[in-house]
Order: sequence, then C-alpha cells, then structure tokens
Amino acid sequence: MSAPSECRYLDSHEWHRPEGNVVTIGITRYAVDELTDVTYVELPSVGADVSAGESMGEIESVKATSDIYPGVSGKIIEINEALADNPGLLNDDPFGTGWLVKIEMSDASQLDKLMDADAYEKKYPSS
Amino acid sequence: MSTAEAAQQVTDAVNPVGQHAVAHRGERPAEPLIFEKHTPGVAGVDLPALDVPEAALPDALVGDAPDLPEVGQLDVVRHYTHLAHRNFSVDDHFYPLGSCTMKYNPKINEAAAAMPGVAHLHPLADDVDAQGALKLLHEVQSYLGEVAGLDAVSIQPCAGAHGEWTALKVIRAYFNDPEGGNAPQRRTVLAPDTAHGTNFASCTMCGAGVVQIKSKDGMVDMDALRAAVNDETAALMITNPNTAGLFDGQIMEIAEILHDAGALLYLDGANMNAILGVARPGDFGVDVMHYNTHKTFSTPHGCGGPGAGPIAVRDFLAPYLPVPEVTKTGDTYALSWDKPKSIGKVRSFVGQIGVLVRAWTYIRACGPDGLKNVSETAVLNANYLAAKLRDRYTTPYFDPAAKRFCAHEFITVPRALLDKGIALVDIAKRMIDYGVHPPTMHWPVHDCLMIEPTETESLSTLNKFVSVMLRIADEIDAGSGDVPAAPQHADVARMDEVGAARTPVLTHPKG
Repeated sequence: MSAPSECRYLDSHEWHRPEGNVVTIGITRYAVDELTDVTYVELPSVGADVSAGESMGEIESVKATSDIYPGVSGKIIEINEALADNPGLLNDDPFGTGWLVKIEMSDASQLDKLMDADAYEKKYPSS
Repeated sequence: MSTAEAAQQVTDAVNPVGQHAVAHRGERPAEPLIFEKHTPGVAGVDLPALDVPEAALPDALVGDAPDLPEVGQLDVVRHYTHLAHRNFSVDDHFYPLGSCTMKYNPKINEAAAAMPGVAHLHPLADDVDAQGALKLLHEVQSYLGEVAGLDAVSIQPCAGAHGEWTALKVIRAYFNDPEGGNAPQRRTVLAPDTAHGTNFASCTMCGAGVVQIKSKDGMVDMDALRAAVNDETAALMITNPNTAGLFDGQIMEIAEILHDAGALLYLDGANMNAILGVARPGDFGVDVMHYNTHKTFSTPHGCGGPGAGPIAVRDFLAPYLPVPEVTKTGDTYALSWDKPKSIGKVRSFVGQIGVLVRAWTYIRACGPDGLKNVSETAVLNANYLAAKLRDRYTTPYFDPAAKRFCAHEFITVPRALLDKGIALVDIAKRMIDYGVHPPTMHWPVHDCLMIEPTETESLSTLNKFVSVMLRIADEIDAGSGDVPAAPQHADVARMDEVGAARTPVLTHPKG
C-alpha cells in the first residue's frame, strides 16, 4: 500500500500528516501520476490564512494545472521552498521531500472528516 | 504495404488539398536558427552615404546595440520562407482545436483590409478626412450591439482578455459612481471552475477578488452560485456556451440570481460562434460582454495580436465606456471625447482598425441569415462528429438518447483507449501523421480532447476525420506501436516539454 497510514486524504488527492497542532500537506502518488511531470508550483505565503476546501495554490504540469485544496483551516507556517527550484521533487517523492505546506490548524477536528488511508486506497488504487 | 505507406494513404485521403500533411522525418534538413546563420559583417541592406551634417544621438538612445545576427537579405527571406512552409494552418489542413474556433477566414477580408483608404489611413487624420473609415467603425459598433442585443459598444480593446479587463473597469466605474451602481464594496467577481484562465487573470489585473463556482454535470452548480452571491459581488463572468461545449440552459435563472442580488452578469463571448442570430446575450440577461473577433468574425488568430476584443454593454453602463467613441450626427461621423464618466482610453487611437475592417467585411458578406447559418452549421458539425465518434471516444456530456447535445464543440474522454496503456498525447501525436491538427487537450477536464470542427468544414472533410479517429482507435486496439511512436511524419517528434518548462534556455549565441 503506497498511501501512508498516518495521513488523512481528500478526494482532490491532498494528503495531511498531523503532528500535534501542525499538519503537513502534499499531494498523493495517484495525483502525481495523473499530472505527470510537474513544472511549477505556486504556494501561499507564510502567514497566510487558508480555509478548508478553498484553493490555496496551484500545481502546473506539462499536462494540466490543478488547484491545491487544504482539508483543514489555519495559518501557513512553512512552505517547501525547494520546490521553486526543483518542482520535480513532487514526482520523485510526493509523500516525502515533495511536501507542499505546513499549516497550524485552527480546528484539528476537521481532520476527522477526511478519508483515512484505507478508504483512499480503496477509492483511488495506485498503479 | 508498409505502415508508413498506409499512413500516407490515409493522409492523402484526409487532406482536402491533396498535399502531404507533413514530410517524412528526415526528408528535409532541419532549419538552423537565424542566429546560427550569423556571418560577421554581412548586412541585409546597404545604407547610402551620409549626406547631412552628423548630429549627436540623445543620451537615452546611446548604448550597446542588441546582439542580433548579421544575415543577408535573401538569406533572411529564405529562412522565414522555409519556416512558413512548415507552418500548419487551417488554409491547408483540418484544425479542430477546441475552444479556439479555427474556422477558415475568407480571403475577401484581406482584400478589404488592404484597400488603400483603410491600409494607408493615418491614425491622426482629421475626422473630416476619414469619414469612410469612421462610418465603417460606426457600423461595426452597431452590428456588434445588434448581435449582442445590447445598447452600446466599445471597439477599443485589442484582444479578448483586454476586452475582459476593460469591461471589468467599466463595471467598477459603475459601482463606484454614486449616481450609478453606488456600491463601491462590490469588488468580488464570481467565475465557474470551467472559466477561461484569462477571466481570473483579468480580475486580478483589475484588483477584483475571484471566487470559483463549482460545476455540476458541466453546468453551473446553482446551489453553489446562490451561496456565493452577496452584497460584495460585482458580477459573475460566465462563458455560454461554456468551455465544455454546452449551452447552460439555466442562464435566465442565473441572471435573475445575480440581478436580485444587485450584481451584474458578464458574458465571456468566446463561444459566440455557436449562437449568432440564434440567441442574443442581452435577451438572456447579460449586462456586459466581450467578443473575440478572431473566433467569431473570422479575423486572424495571432498569438497575442493584432486582435480585437470589442465589448458591448447595457445602456446604464454606456457612460463609462472608453473614449474616443465613433459617433454619428446627421450624415457626419466623428471621434467623440465627450464622456465625463468614461474610464478613459485603453488603446492607442480607436483600436485595431485593420482587424475591425475584416470583421465588418465578414458580417456584411454573411448578412443576418448568413450569420445564423454560421452558428447552425457549427453546432451541427460538432454534433455530427460527436455522434459518429462516441462509440469509441466516450463523450461524457453528449448523449442523444438523453437529449443531451453539444453546442459548437464537444469533449471526449477516451477512457477505454487510455486504459490500453496509451497516453492522450499519443492519440494527439498520431493525428499529426494523418494530417489533422491535434485538438485541445486536458482542458477543461483531465484526459479530454476538445474537438471543434467549425462551420467551414465540408461533410467530406468531417467524414475523413471520423475515419482517421476510428483508424487510430483500431490501431490502439491492435496494440500497434505506431501510436506511441507517433508522429512519424513530422520534422520533429516529441519535444522535451519538461526540460523547456523547468530549465528554459532563452538565449542563443550567434554563429
């Protein structure tokens, strides 16, 4: 199984890895395979407030441009600066070095509404 | 018969002008860059000896010359002629590039635009010396107003996106005016998630926030729209028929929701080619719209220009339109600047006259019945192709049994073919081998081809296109290696799109 069990998932293919009150967000292998080679990532600024379900950035690939949605509301406390020079990190390691942002959650219980790894894997089996 | 010969046979059959679509790879040498043709000391022209006193250049003009290649005149001509021969255009091939409306542009447009009274007109000529041109422009304003069912037109914007931006400035001026909309807090624009990217860009350039409205079955999700409209909403920007090739039949209700909330309805007129003379935006509740003359009125498609993106508005927005406007008093035409509430000028002179002359010519050549026929045929052609292809190329929004038809274009998500391990790009590249320009891909939904035949294609060409698409489907079913290896009949095959996007090289040394 390729979707890490400690993460929570959205139908729009963002993974959420909580550590205390902070959650790291990225996109899944399934999403990356759909997008193919990523060429550009636009992320929100550190300090920006984001809301669950509202677009906070964009991922551009040779195939398409897709919005990035957080499954939780809160404040951006860190973004993955390395993606600016090397968007290919998303293709190489979507669950690791290709992470997108870290959010300080305003309501951690929002995570409970997201899919767990089993449910996500069942719905979107990775090839 | 070899695969290449078989492909060539279909290419010959498909190509209405009987030329080979493209050369076999390696058949003609690669054309070097103009920079690679640089020879120091060579010049395109010999300038005559200086016969006036030499004067110093103004400081602002002194500096290093641009590092341009030095090439002889004939070599420059040959270079660009070679490149022109490799151009893939609607004048020699079928070009069903969805959303772009690659219709044939009648050559009479060019003859009209080349007439000396137009082509040699000085942009600063006095009104009295330019009556013919002003009359023509006044007629363009009136025709575009009539087609839109709206009251006033500005011909200044020089591209569709420029029209969007101009219209948004007009909307803002209206809401900022205490005697007008008097609601300066209305600074949010709503746009469906299938909207053209330019809509979001124009809003941002105009300082308006954008809220995306989700779609449901390819149409605006009415509940999402109702939830999003409030007293900060300036307008909804909608494309109808939309980017999925569907006419949103909820449009009157959408207009009512906006108007009840005190907001305006903006139509992105990109797909006007589907409704000319059939439905007028003003009649279905639109307050302001732009045209893309290159899509609808057969003016050149030009990668950013020269173009024209005229806007049409309801009477209450007319006071804010750009100046100057072409006005008519008795039998006299003039450029009028008398418009105190105007947002000002958005383009030098009065706009892109050469383009507007072509649009005028097309409108006059077609006439009202002809324009209606344009749209009816464009819609018929798209539905015909969708019906012929849908068994092999699934059409998510097109289902005649359920009375779901398309407008002037349709999308297919050929899932069954993709599941055989073929990428969408493979299908697109294989179309090149058969002399067809690939359609728009992956937009507005993933893994889709968006096909727009336009009204100018004959039944024979449409049938040949169907046979090409079915043949490609058969090749995929048979596991033919020709599809993933396509194109085999182009000078170059697959560009390094990833490298070009991630590490672009934007300069080239001379020589």
